[in-house]
Amino acid sequence: MAEREYDIVIIGGGPAGLAAGLYAARGMHRTVLLEKGVVGGQISLTELVENYPGVPTVNGFDLAQTMLKQSESYGMETEYVDVTGVERAGQKWRVRTGAGDFIGKAVIVTAGAEYNRLGVPGEERLTGKGVSYCATCDAAFFRDMEAAVIGGGDAAMDEGLFTTRYVSKATVIHRRDELRASRILQERAFANEKMSFLWNTVVEEVLGDEQVTGVKLRNVVTGETSEMPLSAVFIFIGQHPNSGFLDGLVEMDAGKHAIVDEWMRTKQPGLFAAGDVRQNSARQVASSVGDGVTAAIAADHYITDTFRE
Amino acid sequence: MAKPAEVTDNEWDTQVLKSDVPVMVDFWAPWCGPCRMVSPLVDELAEEYDGKARFFKLNTDDNMQTASKYGIRSIPTLLVFKGGEMVDQVIGFRPKSDLKKSLDKAFA
Repeated sequence: MAEREYDIVIIGGGPAGLAAGLYAARGMHRTVLLEKGVVGGQISLTELVENYPGVPTVNGFDLAQTMLKQSESYGMETEYVDVTGVERAGQKWRVRTGAGDFIGKAVIVTAGAEYNRLGVPGEERLTGKGVSYCATCDAAFFRDMEAAVIGGGDAAMDEGLFTTRYVSKATVIHRRDELRASRILQERAFANEKMSFLWNTVVEEVLGDEQVTGVKLRNVVTGETSEMPLSAVFIFIGQHPNSGFLDGLVEMDAGKHAIVDEWMRTKQPGLFAAGDVRQNSARQVASSVGDGVTAAIAADHYITDTFRE
Repeated sequence: MAKPAEVTDNEWDTQVLKSDVPVMVDFWAPWCGPCRMVSPLVDELAEEYDGKARFFKLNTDDNMQTASKYGIRSIPTLLVFKGGEMVDQVIGFRPKSDLKKSLDKAFA
């Protein structure tokens, strides 16, 4: 398949990648951004971003689209492809995708993170049919129905509270006997009449043929199993970095985050990682943007030093 | 009809189920970000399949009846119909090649 040459190849179109693209393109580097799904990544599903400095409130999808247009206006190209591998190509890097290879003098990995799945029977089959990882996207379809919210962190409480605008009852199912969520969200959740809590309990199976009709539960203390009829299962049990294609190539921590220095450099010359895919990311739009900018500047220096004629 | 038209609960049977050519319906809502990524792809398909298939957009906020009849639980969702029967569905944002593949099942 065709092979395309660039100066900088960016993998992932969330805030980190879009910011890296802006700086790379403005630095007169031939730049391509590779995105496998929706530009904006996690923020494209966020109804309101209220903590991006200089922008009091903005819809996450709109913010990402604005960033994309800004980066493209300086010449960044965008390709909607899935990356399958990254490897050395002499002095340069080869990024393999389902639509041919992209060659770059430098590669910036901003592949972000993705929500964790429960990994139980029925979950994948019923995704979009009652199983959801985004309450703001899907809760409206469960008006006056009962829902389960899986997880005990901030996301579970935040999204669980959102579901109560529509559902008649939201049962938080948590494997421990206390929440991990911040106090303010816990208080809001406990005070909400539509929310109830099932402690020390895990989901063993999501039930239903065409639609979710219930969940099979197990109490982790007593071992007792039970079934609960409901129409929706909202799952918020953390996330993992999209770093699979970096396996064996760059150093990673136990959570599979790429290890980088303060210039977002991996130990591989010309290969950078920024945003949620790297270790110790603050996981904010603003910090990811900062990461992406840092990586682009470091990549610019690297290219100037390495490919000087 | 190169541009997708809006369809409502009331016109569903006549416009979609009784169509003499295959139909693709884009279920969307104004608050749904990924829906706005899918929408231009459906517009492009409408151009490419002009005369061969018809394209509609259904606002799920205003047309809950049809959305619930087809068990829509997440948007964007695209449904493909042929002779009043649903032949395929695409849930969530997918690249255009996937949408084409789904639509082509109505021509198989």
